[in-house]
Order: sequence, then structure tokens, then C-alpha cells
Amino acid sequence: MIKFSKLLVQLIYCSSNNEKVKIIINYLNKADIQEAGFAIAALTNNLKFKNVKNKTVKEIINKKIDKTLFDLSYDYTGDLADTISLIWDKTKSNSASSKSIVDVVKQLNSNNTDLEKYITDFLDSNYVDVRWAFIKLLLGGFRVGVSANLIKKTLAVYGNKNKDDIEKIWNGLSPPYLNLIKWLRNEGEYPQIKMSETFHSMMLANSIDLKKDLNKINLNEYLAEYKWDGIRVQIVCKESKTKIYTRTGEDITYSFPEIILDFKELVVLDGELLAGKNFTPTSFGELQKRLNKKNPSKKLLFNTPVFVRLYDILFYKEKDIRNKNLLCRKKSLYQCYADIKNNINFDLSEMVKFCDYNSLNKIYENTKTSKFIEGLMIKKKTSLYVPGRRKNLWLKWKRSPRYIDVIIMYAQRGHGKRSSFYSDFTLGIFNNNNIVPIAKAYSGYTDKELKLLDKFVRNNTIKKFGPVREVKKILVVELAFDSMQESNRHKSGISLRFPRFHRIRWDKPSDEILSLDQIKLEFMN
Amino acid sequence: MKIRYGNECAKNFQIIKYGEKLVINDIIVSFYPSGHILGSAQILIENKNNKILITGDYKTIPDDTTESFKLVKTDTLITEATFGLPIFKHPDPDKEILKLLESVKNFSEKPHIVGAYALGKAQRIIRLLRKAGYDEMIYMHGAIEKISNYYIQKGIMLGKLKKVEKEDIKSLKGKIIIAPPSALKDRWIRKFDNVRTCLASGWMMIKQRAKQSKVDLPLVISDHADWNELTNTIINCQTQKVWITHGREDALKYWCEKNNIYAQALSLKGKEEH
Repeated sequence: MIKFSKLLVQLIYCSSNNEKVKIIINYLNKADIQEAGFAIAALTNNLKFKNVKNKTVKEIINKKIDKTLFDLSYDYTGDLADTISLIWDKTKSNSASSKSIVDVVKQLNSNNTDLEKYITDFLDSNYVDVRWAFIKLLLGGFRVGVSANLIKKTLAVYGNKNKDDIEKIWNGLSPPYLNLIKWLRNEGEYPQIKMSETFHSMMLANSIDLKKDLNKINLNEYLAEYKWDGIRVQIVCKESKTKIYTRTGEDITYSFPEIILDFKELVVLDGELLAGKNFTPTSFGELQKRLNKKNPSKKLLFNTPVFVRLYDILFYKEKDIRNKNLLCRKKSLYQCYADIKNNINFDLSEMVKFCDYNSLNKIYENTKTSKFIEGLMIKKKTSLYVPGRRKNLWLKWKRSPRYIDVIIMYAQRGHGKRSSFYSDFTLGIFNNNNIVPIAKAYSGYTDKELKLLDKFVRNNTIKKFGPVREVKKILVVELAFDSMQESNRHKSGISLRFPRFHRIRWDKPSDEILSLDQIKLEFMN
Repeated sequence: MKIRYGNECAKNFQIIKYGEKLVINDIIVSFYPSGHILGSAQILIENKNNKILITGDYKTIPDDTTESFKLVKTDTLITEATFGLPIFKHPDPDKEILKLLESVKNFSEKPHIVGAYALGKAQRIIRLLRKAGYDEMIYMHGAIEKISNYYIQKGIMLGKLKKVEKEDIKSLKGKIIIAPPSALKDRWIRKFDNVRTCLASGWMMIKQRAKQSKVDLPLVISDHADWNELTNTIINCQTQKVWITHGREDALKYWCEKNNIYAQALSLKGKEEH
């Protein structure tokens, strides 16, 4: 655990991703295969101990540590691992410290372990950093600034392998990933996984603006579809069991019990989850009501129905067809759809017919009046289904943003490179004589503009609330956004999708901007 | 005080030695080292029947830059409580400073900027570095210079020091620069390339908090008493009553009551350690 705790301590204070990759590789080089595997499992939050609950740990702590002092300390730090590791008085010499992460995992998983004694003994015989790493391991949720994606990237560098090949099998592997590490170390074959129990990493699109970049592609080689404003999902079905995953591989099956397929042989479909009845989409806000609800009530299911609009297929009748081109896959998709066309929760994303740029542009312009179409998807007919974002295979031509003028209200310093700059802004608009927040934005400006914004904040601060500065309400910003919705989360009663800076209006007096009522009139129809 | 707060920070100045007794009517006032920074003192106020000791900011562990804390017996203790929670147990500063030296060795291509409070902490860091055998030039932010010169004048050996100037900036790879903590977030730091930032403070004990401070190397070095020092002092000065101020009063009050010592929180104005 000493090695593992050193790894965590190095990671938590490191702000550069490249450095983090180096730190992890350095650990992997020194670790044996099991240590490496369990560390990867821990960092990607894939290590769960069914015997250990937050409650179990707290009860053990309460037996050893005065409850009032513990609660006051926990209240202050807000982090259980920090609190326990610091408040614990080390009572024995370093006997357990030679135990590796492998032993610890084994003990915690064993039904024969007296958990209370084991945890107490471990804490008694180790130093602060090791205790801290141990509690993190017990309870999960490391908060050391390492994403699963960064781990995959690191593993690709470590094994000098293609990240796609890791991506393809990752979701089907389980801790401690011994076959994966053997392969990375050139000591074993490429691991085989069960395709039916796995989320398959999705193919993603790059942005394009055909008005400017038409010459970058040959439009004849592409087909077009509408870009629906829902959430991207992958449907995996085998033996009549259906699973639904988000773009990040999160399993959301439990939230959508009505999305059911009935295939015996493996089918994996790609599409957009939308709210609406009879295949008529409603706004994204409606769909949000259904997200993160574990067991939706009958009432919710009835009032906010959803369906999946299918546009691609990865596996059909057990066969992996990701290496077939898009037109072939579309053919398989239609065949597959013929079997489910009576299913009221599935329909097909129709292709948009166009003969040249002008006719496509007309369709694009027409999307602007729709609430649930974000623009067009332009996909290369010969493209294979490959994970991640690839140049000029799938392209999204989002409809051009809309703009409003807003006033800077508060500013906060950013992260990493931007940590000395006030770069995160809360923006507001007039409602009667008050200014109410409407959005937060932290992108869209140039480095040079950021310096000027930072200077503005420092020179115009009127109050400080911890890290937040309130500034004089004098600077107008032209804000770009994709769409506007009603929302009771913001004081203004509306929320914006993807707000970002467009221009800073150093010249514009703040009393000349539109008020909340005027904005609602213009954008919410 | 004049260096720190300006010549007019008080109407009258009166110099007094540690242990010297000042008689005001039938009350005697005397000052004892508090071990916080150079010249810091605890104040004892007594008459025939009663003694009140105000610790002010203090620490009891050894520190080359200040007179050692003197334990004074009292009837009532007014104690600080900056680190008045049992999670605060400061590590040995001589070991902690080795982390900085190790980092300078491992990242010899990077200037190391150490955030340390300008009065006291900065000089203590320099002294700890010297004690650990580091004898290279140490660079300073302008805000640290005057007080460091005063420390040197008082006989504290700080070794080779230099205020960092524009022409130095390119030659600071692998060097140590001491600056006030606020400078780490300020425009000042932008003129350096590829730096490694460090922050010396008792708060760095809490990892999530140290992470939020966004420094590369947190150093747990404090000029305030930690939980064990606070509670040991309360026991050893044999006080009957404790008034708690400046910090997290709740836990210390609870601890006192559990140990049958009367305690109450006392609200005083003041700033927290940076």
C-alpha cells in the first residue's frame, strides 16, 4: 500500500495530464501484474467491496474516536479519507505496511475477514498517507483528478498500443485486468470479451460549418441526417435482455424500463433517446425529467414518454459489423428494424434527401425553426464504425448560434493554466431594476481577451465571497448559445444550452441591453 | 511592527524585555516568549489573587528564528485555536523541508516558488533550508526583503539572499524563490516560466484542501500550535478556566469540558493564518 499511496499523493497534487501519465506509468513499471491491475481498477472506480459500506466504516471509527470531535472534524474537511487518516492516532509500529494493495483487496473481499479488526489494525499500524489511501480504496471515489479516459490513454502509451484496441475491449474486462496487462506487456494475446455484456465505445462527430468549409470535403461522398436534440444511447440486446448505455458507457437501463427489445441473438444499436409521443419529439427539458430517476413512477412514464430514434448498428445477429461501411450498416439496420417496427419505443432516423450543397443548405436553414433539431449530421458513406472523433468521417453541422447581450456579475479563478486568471463568469440580465443571473460561461474568448477580462475583474471588484468576486455591473458581453429553455434552476427562470463568449462589448453601456421580458418574447416561442 | 504596519501604526511605542514586570496600579503585566515568530509574546496579567495568561499566536516546537515558547502557570488561559481540531497534528518541519529539497533535485529545470507568509514564516523556511544544508542563493519577492533584513540584523543567519529582479528571471532554474502566498495567485507569478509552486501552511495537512490551493507541492509547516500542543499547554499551565479565540473553538471547548476544565468561546477580531 505504500507504493499505491505514493501514487495517489503524487496524482492529487498534479495538475498536468502529461505529468499524470508519467506518474502512472512509473508506478506500472514498478508494480507486479496484480498490483498494477488493482491500481487501475481502483483509479477507474471499478473496485467495489460488497462487504464494506460507508456505514460500516463510520461505525468502526465511532468506536475508536470521540464522535463529537470526529463530526466537527469531518464537518470541517468535508472528506472522509482526510478526516479518518488525520484524526487516527497511530498506535502500533509499521507491521502491516508491507502489505500490498493485492493483499488488502483480498482481505476486504473475503467473507472470513473480521472487517472491524482488520480495518482497525490497518489504521493502527500505518502512516497518514497510507491510511488515507486505504480509506479511499475502501470507499471509492478517489477525487485525485484522474478520468477513466486518462487511464486508457496512459495504458496505450505504457504498452505502446493503439488506444482504440483498448477502447474496444475495455468495457468487457473486469478487475484486476490481468489479460489486458499481459497483452500490454507483450506477455499475452489480445484479450477476448463477451460482446453481449459490454458497452461498445461510440463513434463521435467533429464540428463543421459547411458555409465556410465546403471545400474540405466532397459532399457527394456523404449522406445527411437530422441532428436530434436528445441524448445519444447504445442499446444492447441478447437473449431478450435489453441494456441502455449513455455515450460515456453509463448503464441507464433502470431509468427507462419501457425501452425493451426481444432479440435472441446479439444486436447492438446506436441512436438518440428523445422525449415525446408517437415519435414526435419534445424539448430536451422534457427528457431531463426522466434522467437519473432510478425507478420512474407510472405517472412519470405516462406523462413523459420516450423513444429511441435509431441511426446505426454495430452488431447484428451476433456479427460484429463495425468493420462494414455505413451504407452496409444502414441496410442491416433496416433489416433489423423490420422486426421491431411495431415497437412503439423505436423508430428510424430518416436520411435527408439532397442533390447538392444548395438544396442541403435550404434544409439546414429550415432546421432553425425547430426546437428539437440541432442541425444536420453529415456522415461519410464509406466510414467504418470507429470509436472516438475522426477527421471528416462523421461531421455535425450545428445550426448557427443565437446571441444575447449580458452583463458580467461575478468572476472566479479558473483551473490549471488559468489558475491565476479570473476566467469563469456569472452573467446576468435586467429584470425590472434588478440584475438576475442567466448563465455561467468560461470559454469563447481569446488569451488576449482573457488578460483584459482578468484586469477588468481585479480593477472593478466590489465584494469578495471566498474565491468569488462580485464586480461593478458595467461590462457587457455578447453571449452565444444554442437554445433557450425554461428552467427553475436559475433566478431568471430560463437556461441556455452551451453559453460561451462571442464578443466583449467594451463600448456598450449596460443599460442598453434587452431585459428578461424582451428576451423571453424574442427567443421563447 | 513599524516595518510591517508603518511608522504610524501606534501612537506610542514602549520597549519591554521578556519577563520584565510592568506595574500599573495594583496590576502587574509581563511578557513571555510565545515561539510564534521573532519577538512574539504571551501576556501575563496578574494581581494578588488571580493570573490571566493570553497566549496570542504560539507554538511550542523548536524554531531557530524565535525565542522558545515559555510555559507559564496561570488561573485563566486565553488561548488561540487556529488548529483547534484533532485532525491537525503537524509533522516535523525538519523532515517536511526535505520534500522541498527533494523536489528541487527532481525538477532541477524548474524555479520553485514557495508561498510563505512574509512575516515570520518566510524567514523560518529560509532557516529550515539552511539547517538542512542548503547553501545556494535564495531569492525573495520584494514583500519579504525588509523583514528578512530585520531578522538578519537581529542575528538570525539566513545565508545568501537576493530580491528577485527582472534580470534574474532567466537564471532561476532549480532555484528557490520565497514569496507571500497571495503572490502565487497574482500577476507577479506570470513572469516566470515553467514554475513549480509550493505553499507552506498548516492547512496543507488536509489533502483535498491542498489540492484546491492548486499548488504542486504543499508543505505542512505552521507557526501555530497544533491540536496536541494546544491540549498539552492547557494541561501543563494548570489553568482552571479556558477562553478560546481565533479559530475552531467548538472542538477545543468540548475537549476542555470533557477533561473537567471550564471553557468558553471568546470572539475577537483578527485574521486567520494564510
